[in-house]
Amino acid sequence: MKRLFTMMSLLVLASMILTACGGGAAPTQAAAPTEAPAVTEAPAATEAPAATEAPATGECTDELGCVTIAPGEPVHIAYWGVLSGADGSLGEDSKRGVEIAIDDMGGKFHDHDILLTTEDAGCTPEGGATAAAKLATDTSLVGLIGSSCSDETVGGIATLTNAGLTTISPSNTRPALTDPNRGPDYAGYLRTAHSDAFQGKAVAEFAYNVLGARKAATLHDGSSYAQALQQVFADNFKSLGGEIVAQEAVAKDATDMKPVLTTIAAAKPDFFYYPVFVAVGGYVTAQIRDVPGLETVPIAGSDGIFTADLLKGAGPNVKGMYLSSPDFSAFTGDYAGFLEKHKAKYGGSTLSTFHAHAYDATNILFAALEKAAVVGADGTITVPRKALRDAIYATKDFPGITGNLSCSPSGDCGAPVIAIYQVENADPASWNPADPTNPNPKKVYP
Amino acid sequence: MRTSPGERLLDLAVSSFLWGFRILIVAAIVIGTIASIRAGKYSSDQWIGFVVLGISQGSIYALIALGYTMVYGILRMINFAHGEIFMSGAFSAYFLATWLNNSGFVDRNPVLGLLIPILFAMIMSASIAMLVERIAYRPLREAPRLVPLISAIGASFFLQYTFRGFFGPGVYAYPPIKALDGQWNVFGFGILKVQIIVAVAAAAMMGILYSIVQYTKIGKAMRAVSEDKDTAALMGIDVNQIIVTTFAVGAAMAGAAGVLYSLIYRQVFFLMGFTPGIKAFTAAVLGGIGNIPGAMVGGLVLGIFESIGPSLFLEGLGITRPYQLKDVIAYTMLVMILLFRPSGILGERLTKKKA
Repeated sequence: MKRLFTMMSLLVLASMILTACGGGAAPTQAAAPTEAPAVTEAPAATEAPAATEAPATGECTDELGCVTIAPGEPVHIAYWGVLSGADGSLGEDSKRGVEIAIDDMGGKFHDHDILLTTEDAGCTPEGGATAAAKLATDTSLVGLIGSSCSDETVGGIATLTNAGLTTISPSNTRPALTDPNRGPDYAGYLRTAHSDAFQGKAVAEFAYNVLGARKAATLHDGSSYAQALQQVFADNFKSLGGEIVAQEAVAKDATDMKPVLTTIAAAKPDFFYYPVFVAVGGYVTAQIRDVPGLETVPIAGSDGIFTADLLKGAGPNVKGMYLSSPDFSAFTGDYAGFLEKHKAKYGGSTLSTFHAHAYDATNILFAALEKAAVVGADGTITVPRKALRDAIYATKDFPGITGNLSCSPSGDCGAPVIAIYQVENADPASWNPADPTNPNPKKVYP
Repeated sequence: MRTSPGERLLDLAVSSFLWGFRILIVAAIVIGTIASIRAGKYSSDQWIGFVVLGISQGSIYALIALGYTMVYGILRMINFAHGEIFMSGAFSAYFLATWLNNSGFVDRNPVLGLLIPILFAMIMSASIAMLVERIAYRPLREAPRLVPLISAIGASFFLQYTFRGFFGPGVYAYPPIKALDGQWNVFGFGILKVQIIVAVAAAAMMGILYSIVQYTKIGKAMRAVSEDKDTAALMGIDVNQIIVTTFAVGAAMAGAAGVLYSLIYRQVFFLMGFTPGIKAFTAAVLGGIGNIPGAMVGGLVLGIFESIGPSLFLEGLGITRPYQLKDVIAYTMLVMILLFRPSGILGERLTKKKA
């Protein structure tokens, strides 16, 4: 008995040490491609002034290391985000924005092909961590676009930052991600999407001032996005003078909403806001009118469900629902031109909200790459990673589709103008918010 | 075997901990319930609403649980692809129902409009389950028990991503049947028609299944195979055929459950089988796996507890946003059952009969 106990505790100890090593080993491996030792020795050979000449490969003075792209090799960037599951359209839509941006560059950067790979992060923190771990081991990666859902970033950003990578998200909106106190793990994170500090405020003003609501209820699905956004809404609604009568939550994979809707009905709200993702958003909308007390209450969601997929899942109840989103009519760039390219390449209207933001993010990445990369005489490109990151942060007055974009020191590159849209037609085939004559959903505020 | 004082002390500590755990859970439920009822937040109509929703949800769990329990009874194997069989039933019914709905057939014949998709889903689910059995399970029947289990998980992924490949990752809205909109008045309480229909349909299916198993020749053969495969074979029963039939019948129930589920929740997508599958498995264990009435009881108990639990006792305990903890209720019940009555609610009878 005693001997068994000793053996067991030895085993446990051993496994703990092993896992500790395993955890520690991943970052060191990821850091290996930075060729740090070679770097520190190279200047010792007093070849530093030679920087004006074409630098030989492997000579790298960047603190995060360099990516060297030999002639004939592609410039490799990756898109990570949600590409499967109920929220697949959100990520697919952004991925198309990236692809169109690459097409606009002719698919080439300094005579090197641009290679885009994707990593599915499933809109969860775990998925984000897995995707980040995979990306961090790929030494050929120059930069990243993504993620789609704030949860993915929360799960994966530390790994990416520590691997020397920089990512620009087209669609994360959780305010904390670009908070000035967000911590060093977020050094490799920027976004072209708006912060929900603006979106929640816009919805609160719309509900209070336009609809005349005074008692609002909210529901979130436990995601970092929804949790933060409904709280921003609640804070703003209260400061306008309204009352929050219920703040409920369900699990992200919940399907029967009637119990929680019954609880909300018991609080008698005159406005119901659920800024969730597609699965929960569809179930809530499909079931809400069956719950006594909620037959006619105005309902609203946000950019997470600003997609035809919501209409597919929600059925006829979705007609009349309000959805907040970036204001497409406030885009200063050539959005119409983008839509034409989109139509020519994929057919049909856009899938979700953030394609233009993804297009801008990609162009910002390549503009910074243009500044930071060193092109050798033989066509070899050397990308110093820290210099690239700094160049992205230094983006100023970049003429994007979504506006003139400047990146703040905490990573906010977006030009936030939020509008409220209303669903006019429950048929998913009619989804086209950009249609000039008969848009669905249609902008109603401001 | 002699036990040392130290070991006896350990036994005592474990059993008193378990007793403390039981008392704690029961006390939490009682205190929470009293506090909720005294708070008077919900009207009696709303309480009835919770229970009815629980019954309709629970009867769907029960229908799915039947498949788990029947297959377990015969092969001593958990068919983890069963949730996907449920999903495939819902998908096939979706396409048929949409077509019938668009052609106006459902509006003219609401009863047939409900029954035809259910039948179609049952046939499709049964065929897919038979294929899965033939390809993924039968070659492994003599292998150690873990092997078919892993194969089942593989089959589950295969089915999920096959449907994803064919129909995409998005969600589809199951067409509502107009005749089922609105409420019926039952004993003075307004109850949604859909929920009543679902509960009644599920009860009817379970009744049919139970009489098949109890009173027909093939049912008798199923019971014989589940008692002892080899002896049954010696008595002239084609064991393979009975196993396939069991899979098909269980899958047909899951297919019907898929349609009923879609009628209530109105969404169909490729991952929809996962959670109901796990919940139904919980229900099967709850009722006593291998036991057909047990699966029905387990499903209903689980459905009602899940539906009423958050507002009945979690809210009373002062937990805010209790609906996030709905799954916790289901899985706590599973843990409690495994700890205190591993044979399940109705499991005892079965073990006696088998012994």
